[in-house]
Amino acid sequence: MATGHFIEGIAGGRLSSEQYADNFSDLHPPLDHHEALVESDRCYFCYDAPCMNACPTSIDIPLFIRQIATGNPLGSAKTIFDQNILGGMCARVCPTETLCEEVCVREVAEGKPVQIGRLQRYATDVAMSEGKQFYKRAEATGKSIAVVGAGPAGLAAAHRLARHGHEVTILEARPKAGGLNEYGIAAYKSVDDFAQAEVDYVTAIGGIDIQNGKALGRDFQLADLMRNYDAVFLGLGLGGVNALRADGEDADGVANAVEFIAELRQASDLSSLPVGRRVVVIGGGMTAIDAAVQSKLLGAEEVTICYRRGQEHMNASGFEQDLAAANGVTIRHWLQPKRVIAENGKVSGIELEYTAMSGDKLAGTGERLTLVADQVFKAIGQSFVPAHLNGSAEAIELEGGRIKVDAEGRTSLAKVWAGGDCIFGGDDLTVSAVAQGRDAAESIHRALTSNGRA
Amino acid sequence: MADIRNNFIGIKSPNPFWLASAPPTDKAYNVERAFKAGWGGVVWKTLGEEGPPVVNVNGPRYGAIWGADRRLLGLNNIELITDRDLQTNLREMKQVKMNWPDRALIASIMVPCVEESWKAILPLVEETGADGIELNFGCPHGMSERGMGSAVGQVPEYIEMVVRWCKQYTRMPVITKLTPNITDIRKPARAAKAGGTDAVSLINTINSITGVDLDSFAPQPTIDGKGSHGGYCGPAVKPIAMNMVAEIARDPETHGLPISGIGGITTWRDAAEFMALGAGNVQVCTAAMTYGFKIVQEMIAGLENWMDEKGHASLSDIIGRATPNVTDWQYLNLNYVAKAHIDQDACIKCGRCHIACEDTSHQAITNMVDGVRHFEVIEAECVGCNLCVNVCPVEGCITMEPLAAGVVDQRTGKPVSPIYANWTTHPNNPMAKVAAE
Repeated sequence: MATGHFIEGIAGGRLSSEQYADNFSDLHPPLDHHEALVESDRCYFCYDAPCMNACPTSIDIPLFIRQIATGNPLGSAKTIFDQNILGGMCARVCPTETLCEEVCVREVAEGKPVQIGRLQRYATDVAMSEGKQFYKRAEATGKSIAVVGAGPAGLAAAHRLARHGHEVTILEARPKAGGLNEYGIAAYKSVDDFAQAEVDYVTAIGGIDIQNGKALGRDFQLADLMRNYDAVFLGLGLGGVNALRADGEDADGVANAVEFIAELRQASDLSSLPVGRRVVVIGGGMTAIDAAVQSKLLGAEEVTICYRRGQEHMNASGFEQDLAAANGVTIRHWLQPKRVIAENGKVSGIELEYTAMSGDKLAGTGERLTLVADQVFKAIGQSFVPAHLNGSAEAIELEGGRIKVDAEGRTSLAKVWAGGDCIFGGDDLTVSAVAQGRDAAESIHRALTSNGRA
Repeated sequence: MADIRNNFIGIKSPNPFWLASAPPTDKAYNVERAFKAGWGGVVWKTLGEEGPPVVNVNGPRYGAIWGADRRLLGLNNIELITDRDLQTNLREMKQVKMNWPDRALIASIMVPCVEESWKAILPLVEETGADGIELNFGCPHGMSERGMGSAVGQVPEYIEMVVRWCKQYTRMPVITKLTPNITDIRKPARAAKAGGTDAVSLINTINSITGVDLDSFAPQPTIDGKGSHGGYCGPAVKPIAMNMVAEIARDPETHGLPISGIGGITTWRDAAEFMALGAGNVQVCTAAMTYGFKIVQEMIAGLENWMDEKGHASLSDIIGRATPNVTDWQYLNLNYVAKAHIDQDACIKCGRCHIACEDTSHQAITNMVDGVRHFEVIEAECVGCNLCVNVCPVEGCITMEPLAAGVVDQRTGKPVSPIYANWTTHPNNPMAKVAAE
C-alpha cells in the first residue's frame, strides 16, 4: 500500500511526526545575543536612513540597531514599538527584502543588507519575553471607540487609542484575535503561537475589550456602533476570494488557499491535515507561495504554482519565489486555468491555457496543457465584501471596490475611520495595516479631543 | 626581490620584525614558537634582579577596548616583569640563542636604580650570548611604584645615569626603552643619548583605565573590586607612538639616533609607516597577542611586496624617508587648497558625510538634489577639512583634490596662489617676520 508522498488523493499522515515538526519550525530562527551584536555592528547609522524611509511605519531603524549594539535591547524595543506596536510580528512577516533591507546601503554596497528584520525580532523578543510594557494609559477621556476586526490594523488602532485614555471595544468575527497574523500567515513564519502572545502583549496596556464571534452585519450593524460609540474604526480585512473562472471549480478538491492556510495554522496535529499527492496552486502572490510551500512541507509529492503572467509580474517577492523553489515547488508562468477535470466529482487534473501578451492585454494562445492534480488551490486574490456594511446606515463610499479614506483614514461617514486591507490604495501588507490603524487612531484622538467633527 | 634583512645597531636579523618585551616573550616555549613562525628577533620579557621572583595578580591582568565586530583596538595590562627565576630565564635565553643564531635576542632588564644592581646583572646577561640589552624605563604600572620602570623613564637625569652605567659595564649594545607618560619625549631621548645609548625604543605603554564595571563601580581590569591603571597598547596607541618616533627622529639633538619603533604595529603597513618616520626596525606585541605569531608572515610578505612594487631595494631605502616631511604647523603652506570630492559611483548614500559636515563642520555637503538623495560637495563652503573622508565607510569614495595654482577657490573667490606661504609671514600673525623685499 502506498505511503508518504505516494498516497493517492488528499490524505494526511504523509510524514513522520519529526518531519512535520522540522518542516514547520522557524523559517528564520532568532538571532542569539552574539549574532545580534555582530549584525548590529554592521549598521552604518545612516543619516535620513533609506531603511527608515522604506518602512511603512517609519521605525527609526538606525537608532534601534544602535541600541542593540550598545547593550540596550529594551530601549531598542521601545524605539520599535513607538512606531509599530506589532513590531514583533512585522519582524517575522514583513517582506524586508522589498522594504527596509532592499534599500539598506550595505545592500547597495555589498549585496548583503543588515538583517534588519531579524534584529527587530531580537529586540522585540527581549521586551516581550520580559513582559516589559513601555506605555501607560493617559487619564481616562470618557470616550469609547468601537474597532471592527482584531487584525493588525484594528490592534494597532486599539493600542494607540487606549494609550490616549479612550475605552476600546474590538468586535471580531473569528474565535481568535489577530486577523491574518493568526489565520493568514505561513506557519513557519509565526511559530510558538506568537500571534496570540502578541495580542496579549498589545492588550496588556488595558482598556481594550476584545469580543470574539461578533460579525458585522450578522451580530451587529454599523449604525449600532455609530449610535453607541464616539467613533468607529473599521479594520475589516478582505472577506471574499476571487473565483477561478474555470469550468468545474466546484469539484471536490478545489479549495481556497486562504482557508487552507488558516486551517493549517489552527491545526493542533499537522498529520491530521490532509493534502494532495499532486497539488496545483493558481496564483502569483504571497498566498500562492504560502499554500504551495506548506503543501510541500505537509508531504505532497508534486506542487506546481501556475501563474497567468511572467515571473517579473508576480506579487510574491524574489525571496518568496526562491523559498518555494528551494522547497521543491515548481513555478510555471504564462498559464491560466480553463477547466478543472474531475472523476466521480473529485479533482483529477486541471486544464490550463498558455497565455501571452497581445499588445498590452493578456490573452490565451489557444494551446492547452493538462496537469494531473488531486488538489487545486485558488490563490488569485481576495476581495472586499462591502455588503456587511450596508443597509444599516448611510452607504459608505467605496473606491476600487474598497473603502475610500482620506490621508488620516477618515471614511465618507462622520465618526467612522478605516484602515488595513479593506481600504483602497493599500499594499496588503501587515506593516501598512499597522501604520494605517495607528494613524487613524491619532486622527480619532484629535477629533475627539478638539471638538472636531466627531 | 626586496631585501628586508635588518641591521639595527649591529644586531642582525632576517627581517625588521621583533617581538617586544612582553608576555609573548616570557619563556623559551613561546620564543621558540615565534622564531618558527618567522619573527626576526625578540626582546625577552624583562628580567629583574636575583632573589625572590616578582609576583603578579591572579585575577585579570588585561583590559581592552574594541571596535566594530569586537576587533581589539586597545589592550591594557597590569602584568609586571617576569615572575620567573632569573637563572631559569638566563638558561633558556642561552639555549634559544644557540638554537637560533640568525635571530636577534635582546634581554630587557629592569633592576633598582643603583649602580650595584646593574653592575651585577649585566655580566650574567652577557654570558647568555644575547645580542643586546634593552633598558626597561617604560612600564608604568607596579614596578614604577618601586622606583623602577617609568619612574626612571620620567626623570631624564636617571636615564642618563643608568645608561652610562650600562655602557660602562657591558660590551653589549644598549637600547633604552622610553615611556610615553611624559610631556616631551625629546627630553628622555636626549638624556639617553647623553648617557651613550646605542638606540632608543618606544613607546612603552600608556597609563590607562580601559573601562568601569557599572555594577560594581570598579575600574577594569578589576581585581577583587579594585583596579589600577595599566599600560595601554595596541592599534589605538599607534598615532601617539608614531608622533613620538618622529619627534625624536627630527630633533636636531637626537637626529640619527637609532630608533626601534613600538606601538600598535599590526600589519606590514604599520611597520612601513614607523620606519618611514625614522624607526630602524619595529617591535610588535598586541597584534601577536590578538592573532598569534602567524601574523608575521603577512608582515614579511606585505613589506616585501610593497618594496618591490615601489622599487625599494633594502630597508635603508625607506627608513627615515618621511622624517623631513614632519614639520611644525607654522611651516605648513597656507596657500595650499584642497576640496573634498565624492565619487558618485562609489557612494552608497549612507549620508554620514552630509550629517558630519552639516551638524559639526561647514555645511558643505548636500543630502538632496532636485528631490533625490544625493551627496555632493558644495565647493563654495568646503574648507577641505577631511572629516567627510574620515567618516565615509567606503575607502576611496571621498578624496581630497588639491586645486591647481590659478584656479579660483569658490569659497574665498580668490585664485590659488602658486607661492608657498606659511604662518610665519602671514599678515594676521602679529609675530610675522617681514618678508624680504
